[in-house]
Amino acid sequence: MNVIVCVKQIPDPAVPGALDGGTNTLKRDGKIVIDDSDMYGVEMALQLVDAAGGGEVSLVSMAPNNETSGLRTALAMGAVKAVLVSDPALQGSDALTTAKVLAGAVQRLGGADLIIAATESSDGYTGTVPEQIAEVLGLPSVTFAKKISIDGSTIKAERQTEAGYDEVTCPMPAVISVTAGVVEPRYPSFKGIMAAKSKPVDEVTAGDLGINPVGWAGAGQKISKVAEAEARQAGEIIEDDGEAFSKIVGFLENLKVI
Amino acid sequence: MAINSVWVFAQTTNGVPTSGTLELLTKARSLSSNVAAFIGGDGAAVAGALGGYGATKVYATGDLGGKLPGVAVAAAMKAVIDGGDTPDVIMFPQNYEGRDTVSRLSVKLDRTVLTNSIDIEDGGDGIAATTPIFGGNTLVTTSFTGSAPYLVAFRPKSFAPESSGGGAAEVVAAPVPDLGAAGGAQVTAVHVEEVSGPKLDEADVVVSGGRGLGEQAKFAMIEDLAKLLKAAPGASRAIVDAGWVPYSYQVGQTGKVVKPSVYIAAGISGATQHMVGMKGSKNIIAINKDKEAPIFGVADLGIVGDVNVVLPKLIEALKAR
Repeated sequence: MNVIVCVKQIPDPAVPGALDGGTNTLKRDGKIVIDDSDMYGVEMALQLVDAAGGGEVSLVSMAPNNETSGLRTALAMGAVKAVLVSDPALQGSDALTTAKVLAGAVQRLGGADLIIAATESSDGYTGTVPEQIAEVLGLPSVTFAKKISIDGSTIKAERQTEAGYDEVTCPMPAVISVTAGVVEPRYPSFKGIMAAKSKPVDEVTAGDLGINPVGWAGAGQKISKVAEAEARQAGEIIEDDGEAFSKIVGFLENLKVI
Repeated sequence: MAINSVWVFAQTTNGVPTSGTLELLTKARSLSSNVAAFIGGDGAAVAGALGGYGATKVYATGDLGGKLPGVAVAAAMKAVIDGGDTPDVIMFPQNYEGRDTVSRLSVKLDRTVLTNSIDIEDGGDGIAATTPIFGGNTLVTTSFTGSAPYLVAFRPKSFAPESSGGGAAEVVAAPVPDLGAAGGAQVTAVHVEEVSGPKLDEADVVVSGGRGLGEQAKFAMIEDLAKLLKAAPGASRAIVDAGWVPYSYQVGQTGKVVKPSVYIAAGISGATQHMVGMKGSKNIIAINKDKEAPIFGVADLGIVGDVNVVLPKLIEALKAR
């Protein structure tokens, strides 16, 4: 069984985000890492391939500046190869273009039994790309899956709902988006990290995939205004001296909560 | 531009339109007098309720037969548009079914989609939607440059629902066309997780716990405190990911948006992801060991201290009342 995982490489979330003053896109000039949300998909893919007793996990990613640091993390975990679509023209791409590009990368790999993505990225969180990829490829999908197993050529998944969860079956090939916490991602071993350095990353442009226009030209949207939200004022901050709980009681009394 | 018509992706629970649906209908009728609801299910039963919030027409697919709504409703919408009724704007709720549907439709129509929006306006730059980023500290307004229909998904509670007093909407059948392979997913069982006490996104008081609790067993304190305050218990993403509590407890960007009178954040540092979901609370109480924690920047009352010391005393004091 072959699985492709969509991986996003994002600015290190430990560093506060900022917009580029010229383009109003998210700045990407610092350290670039794999989106934490994608670690779950990579781990899930590795476990499913393992359980199937054969096959491999591949990666697809899109980034404007040939970044591979995040991909190397996923390769170190056990993925065997990656397609990186990198093109300065991709800057400013909207989610729809991103989905077309990633779907093109999936096709370049010859497709797969299963395509896995996170439910949304941690930096842009548009949250539409997995389902858009499914539609571009004409595949069925199960989004927000919190549990997945494979039975022959059928996926059995538990899908989150507002009220609880649904049991869903879906024939393969299919696209699945997985929630954070669906599995416990492994730490790459030293051996894995060393091996990842020589694993193949196929770098292509959007044009190589036959996709135009990309970037701002293809976005169908433009940022017209950026404003600071009205800041919420901090109130009283006190150090607990053992009696701070009574402050809370008083606060709740004033609000007539108790 | 003049907005000739707006569609709202409508949802129901137990046969009643969701509050999110009524919020969007309320906003929709401020944009256009021609508002249609589009529902993946039976339309007749809710035509009155939807009409009461401004829908003049209800497109209804009829029973989806266990298909996941996203792919089916998007295909039904596309069929109506192909049939000649093209709205200028289609509004979706930012939730599971709303996201799936708008994503599928964006590919079918080859239109961009704006998500996580909190407002929409018809201004100098045409139709523009506003989205909070960086935990709500910055508001980005994005306008559409292509041609209609414009697809926008809105965060819950972006608008206050107000009845229009309108009569029942006209029901129009919008059957789901053949979905081919894309329609392969099938729901085989539905599980409702029982929640006692008030619902998280409707409660007047919310008590949330985070990693500062130290271990899963300590979440019992959050449940105890919530019970004493008739509050709903909530959680940060960190402890949901860690498996301490189910996802349904999660407050934040990827969880529930709450706007209670009082929000108590216990052992939560205030990551962007969390702040987006609770910053609209009227009063915020934060308890955290780290006095530099971002949560103190939005707290009306901040206690720098160990939740495992403060909460037991607070619980005792409330029990003694």
